[in-house]
Amino acid sequence: MTNDKIALQLQPKEYKSAVKPVWCPGCGDFGVLGALTKALAGLKIQPEDAAVISGIGCSSRMPTYLSTYGFHGVHGRALAVATGLKVARPDLTVIATGGDGDGFSIGGNHFLHTCRRNPDLTYIVMDNQVYGMTKGQASPTTEPNWERAKLTPSGTGINPFQPLAIALASGANFIARCSSSDSNGTARVLMEAIRHPGFSMVQVLSPCVTFRPEQREWKRSLIPAPEDMQRTPDPAEAARLLMTDEGVYTGILYVGDRPVYQPKLKSEIDNIATLDEEFRL
Amino acid sequence: MTDTSKHPLRSIRSADELLAYSLALETEAVDRFNDLADQMEVHHNYEVADLFRKLAKIEGLHIDNVKQASAGKELPALMAWEFEWEGGESPEGGLMEEAHYLMQPWHAIELAMHGEQRAVEFFRHVAETAEDETVVKMALEMVEEEEEHVALLKKWQERFPKPEEGWDEDLDAPVLME
Repeated sequence: MTNDKIALQLQPKEYKSAVKPVWCPGCGDFGVLGALTKALAGLKIQPEDAAVISGIGCSSRMPTYLSTYGFHGVHGRALAVATGLKVARPDLTVIATGGDGDGFSIGGNHFLHTCRRNPDLTYIVMDNQVYGMTKGQASPTTEPNWERAKLTPSGTGINPFQPLAIALASGANFIARCSSSDSNGTARVLMEAIRHPGFSMVQVLSPCVTFRPEQREWKRSLIPAPEDMQRTPDPAEAARLLMTDEGVYTGILYVGDRPVYQPKLKSEIDNIATLDEEFRL
Repeated sequence: MTDTSKHPLRSIRSADELLAYSLALETEAVDRFNDLADQMEVHHNYEVADLFRKLAKIEGLHIDNVKQASAGKELPALMAWEFEWEGGESPEGGLMEEAHYLMQPWHAIELAMHGEQRAVEFFRHVAETAEDETVVKMALEMVEEEEEHVALLKKWQERFPKPEEGWDEDLDAPVLME
């Protein structure tokens, strides 16, 4: 990569592909797409130096709408693919995207272990607390008394999954929450998440206006966390905030400094003896 | 419709800075209307798509005006998030979540009108808080211009009946196919 290439300043819209999104008009994911293109432009990351990896679901269509490399993969497996790519190509900026069902239910196990492993990638979860693509079933983050799903007309009665608290407990190195209606604010957080070494987990509350139209109110109910509570390096302090804020605080809620997972590449292993050493029992 | 009237966090200090803000505001308006037109086309709502496209063209003319006024000047080069809009988004750039695939021309004009009204409030705030007389004069002209747009949109809207309650009900909501 040459310095000239790094310095090339593209406009956010140059990170969009020619494919028009098929998301429902009003969907929060449009705001996230806008924020991500602004963040990539802000960091001057060239499209060919980034890869966006996703699973399945409405929000997992994200790579299709970007001019970066992309892989619209297998349900729940975005993080497994993203980790593999980052390990093999550490020079790339790797971003995984998806929804709450894809990330915390189908891909829940990969989520825990990616936090634990701490590869240098950014995970953007567009959380709308519903399975939208399959027409509105309760997801892992749905509140227990949501009664509008046909499969659970009396609500699920199950405690919702707390993605950020779980991410913290599992070892994620950077934790943030954003609102898709604040596209510029989300862009700023994404820039910092991408820059931060290790696994950055960004939950973006992104309304499903078709199956959960009441989520348009998030624009009013979400508030920035007080400045003195943001960017804490203390996991205990972050845990207290995440367990007590009822999911309404936005901002950067934890910044850790754990070592990044990056095993040696095959090309860096100089001889068979080194390889033998790795497999010695 | 959400009322998110937005003002900059500080006063505008120079004519060049005001022009940079105006250019960003109009550019975001064009992008927003084009995005909305694309969304409506994807969902086969062609009447509203055409209307949004038309609104994008009109806003494009405003960009030309601002560019003419900026000829020969070097405006501050700011990224989208470096502008200090109250609430983070430019006055005419937000409200994307108010769109709906079944929306009618009345709604589209309502949405556009809210953007223009917020632009009026923005420039009025600039005029009230700026210390530089040139900035005040320019901002008041912009207020006048944006108010004309609001009046024009109101006239347009009168041509369409206000949709009845339940216009957005769909017993077979869309499903995205992989």
